[in-house]
Amino acid sequence: MRAVRVIIRNIRDAFRSVFRNFSLSFASITCSAITLLLVTIALVITVNINYLTKQYENELTIVTYLYHDANEEQIKELDNSLKANKHIIEYKYKSKEDWKKECQDDSDILNNALNSLSYNPLLDSYTIKVDELKNMKKVADEVAQSDYVESVDYNEGLVEKISVIFNLVEKISIILIVALLLVTAFLIGNTIKLTIFSRRTEIEIMRLVGTSNIVIKLPFLFEGLILGVLGSIIPIMIMIYGYLILYDRTNGYIYSNVIKMVKPYPFILYSSLFILVLGAIIGMISSIRAVRKYLKI
Amino acid sequence: MKFIEIKNVYKVYNNGVTALVDTNLSIGKGEFVFVIGNSGSGKSTLIKLLYREEKPTKGEVLVGGINVAKLRNGSVYKLRRKIGVVFQDFKLLPKLTVYENVAFGLESIGIKDDEVRTKVIRALELVGLKDKVRAFPNQLSGGEQQRVCIARAIVNDPKVLICDEPTGDLDPNLSLEIVKLLEDINKELKTTIIMATHDSQIVNKMKKRVIAIENGVVVYDQEKGKYYESSKSNN
Repeated sequence: MRAVRVIIRNIRDAFRSVFRNFSLSFASITCSAITLLLVTIALVITVNINYLTKQYENELTIVTYLYHDANEEQIKELDNSLKANKHIIEYKYKSKEDWKKECQDDSDILNNALNSLSYNPLLDSYTIKVDELKNMKKVADEVAQSDYVESVDYNEGLVEKISVIFNLVEKISIILIVALLLVTAFLIGNTIKLTIFSRRTEIEIMRLVGTSNIVIKLPFLFEGLILGVLGSIIPIMIMIYGYLILYDRTNGYIYSNVIKMVKPYPFILYSSLFILVLGAIIGMISSIRAVRKYLKI
Repeated sequence: MKFIEIKNVYKVYNNGVTALVDTNLSIGKGEFVFVIGNSGSGKSTLIKLLYREEKPTKGEVLVGGINVAKLRNGSVYKLRRKIGVVFQDFKLLPKLTVYENVAFGLESIGIKDDEVRTKVIRALELVGLKDKVRAFPNQLSGGEQQRVCIARAIVNDPKVLICDEPTGDLDPNLSLEIVKLLEDINKELKTTIIMATHDSQIVNKMKKRVIAIENGVVVYDQEKGKYYESSKSNN
């Protein structure tokens, strides 16, 4: 009961303190808002780039053709080896008969040509989807090693180039976000330090009247939380409205259908939650670190 | 009955300054003691050792049975709850009202609201500031601010009240008023009072136990004592 009372009072005091020390609180909130806005922008860009990468990955497939004389048992053996490959997420078998039917349906010329032959010249095939772009070549090479595979086709060269570019973009965006997070933590931390420096007498008095160190930290913990949460509201609003407007104006496509944007829902909700939690955590950690300095005797 | 015991205490600061040398003292429950000495004599260090703002380099400091020297940082609050401290510069929180300043400590240790209200009003009544509960410190005179500080120090019924030059910033009339208030607290609540001061008039008027410190050594310890001459001549 006593602990609950202490926590409730600390929450009340934290709110009171935010308003009574308004100028410093305002500085902390503004600083959090600006840095978190940068993090939000980086986050939106990164998520969209990852989405684009996934789209390309889904569209790129390996097509492999089997030797004309491959029998059912051999096909089954190849099927099993494809099933066992952990990088293959999907594969589809298409028999030469299916190919023939498709060609005949597509074009009359092909239909006549195929009908004039006494045998089916087409080959059985597998269309393979790989989990990640970077594994494309590895899987293609493995499949090509099979004795029953005649050829493997996967846009060799182009895939490698795209893979390198996507990897680079992913790495840069992760580094950018981590760097921005560090800068955010540093800036918010320093501003909160200023707030707490101006209140060292308060901490001194709390210590003098017999408040335990944990309880001294509590109001500052809540205050950091409030400042962090208030600081994250502006970037969240900008992201929600900005993204919705951009998506609406472009119909979700940038550069005439080349880049498809992530759908706003639930993306902006998760991102908002992430920024809110991030602001709260950075606010709390910064506050506690700043208070700790004044608790050493 | 001894409440405070200081045994063979030495205090040497990190910068090499020696503040106390082989100090031995004992103060009984309910006593009123003046600690006098000029600046740099070691009297503030002695006071700070009692509420564990400083740790002795050597020796024992016992306050109400707690060995202050061996107290871990995380446990200091247990000692502080038995002690009230009054400062020369009041150390009031400017953005809190008189009531909030006095209630501050009680609330932060989780006392119930009703109990906090009763205790705060009683303490403010005792220091004669019941009608100023809603005032902020900057709306009070120096003497009134010091009364708030005293109310805050006694609100949790401490066994001992440590006053570090509480009249240093006040004029003579107000100073005497504050010391009389401390005397009332000493008599009514049986609180042990240790007061560091420079004020010879007050010391001579009150006729209490006087401990004088010079260059880190106790040079005078007298029941119903007077301001120690040597200290007086240095001031």
